[in-house]
Amino acid sequence: MRATVVVRPKQGILDPQGEAVNTALGHLGFSVTSARVGKVLDIEVEATSPDEARVQVEQMCEQLLANPLMESYEVEIHG
Amino acid sequence: MASPQPRIGVITYPGSQDDRDALWALAAVDAEAVPVWHEETELPDLDAVVLPGGFSYGDYLRCGAIARFSPATQAVCAFAESGGLVLGICNGFQILCEAGLLPGVLLRNESLRFVCRDVPLLVERDDLPFTSRCTKGQQLVIPVKHGDGRWFAPPDLVRSLEANGQVVLRYAETCNGSVDEIAGVCNERGNVMGLMPHPEHAVDPLLGSADGALILASLVEAARDRALAVA
Repeated sequence: MRATVVVRPKQGILDPQGEAVNTALGHLGFSVTSARVGKVLDIEVEATSPDEARVQVEQMCEQLLANPLMESYEVEIHG
Repeated sequence: MASPQPRIGVITYPGSQDDRDALWALAAVDAEAVPVWHEETELPDLDAVVLPGGFSYGDYLRCGAIARFSPATQAVCAFAESGGLVLGICNGFQILCEAGLLPGVLLRNESLRFVCRDVPLLVERDDLPFTSRCTKGQQLVIPVKHGDGRWFAPPDLVRSLEANGQVVLRYAETCNGSVDEIAGVCNERGNVMGLMPHPEHAVDPLLGSADGALILASLVEAARDRALAVA
């Protein structure tokens, strides 16, 4: 089963990469008020149901994929 | 009788860079420096352990996130749990934070630039095994070289660390955007410490500063005391 995990810097955490992207987009003439940079992980997980896959992937996030001090995560399971 | 040299291990991970400098510097302050390979599941007989700087496992995912799972790190966790002295320098600090032995996390520098220069530091604690040769309020000059050194913790955690006296070193001038200019912290028990600056690169005036030797010599002295207590 395929899962997509999006990991983001938590709100309130200074994200200098996002600010650099924000500035660069402004240089290109785009009217951007905020940009934040996170990461996407595509994971193939062996599971018998989407619910089971979600439980597993959320455990992966808690234990490794995200650092809860600074990052939040979202899990999407592609049935 | 000459006092015995304490045995201090230095872990080498794939991607460690400062392991040899750490071994050399520890020997220079009169320790028996012992190289430890990351695949070791048990530490040899040691009086203290140093996790060196570098880019273990290519800094993949997050700095220190993968090294946390290496057999040697697991052994270091058990060593720290039993009260053993552990010092993490730069990447070693990042690993100790990811392993949960130290509070907080190290983020990308506020400037997005790699910082590589001597920085002035203020000593906040002089009663730790890592700082007994320093005095509170003393200014040390020790080099930093990192891209991800911005120490961060949520405000309530920072408050409790400040209240517990777990802030050991602070940058005396802005360096990387760390919360409250924090450069080094210890655990509640005071047997594990991490810092972004590199004391092993500052053990001889020829290198620009010998202030790093104060931290390493403190560790050696504490390790020696422990070795003698056991012997």
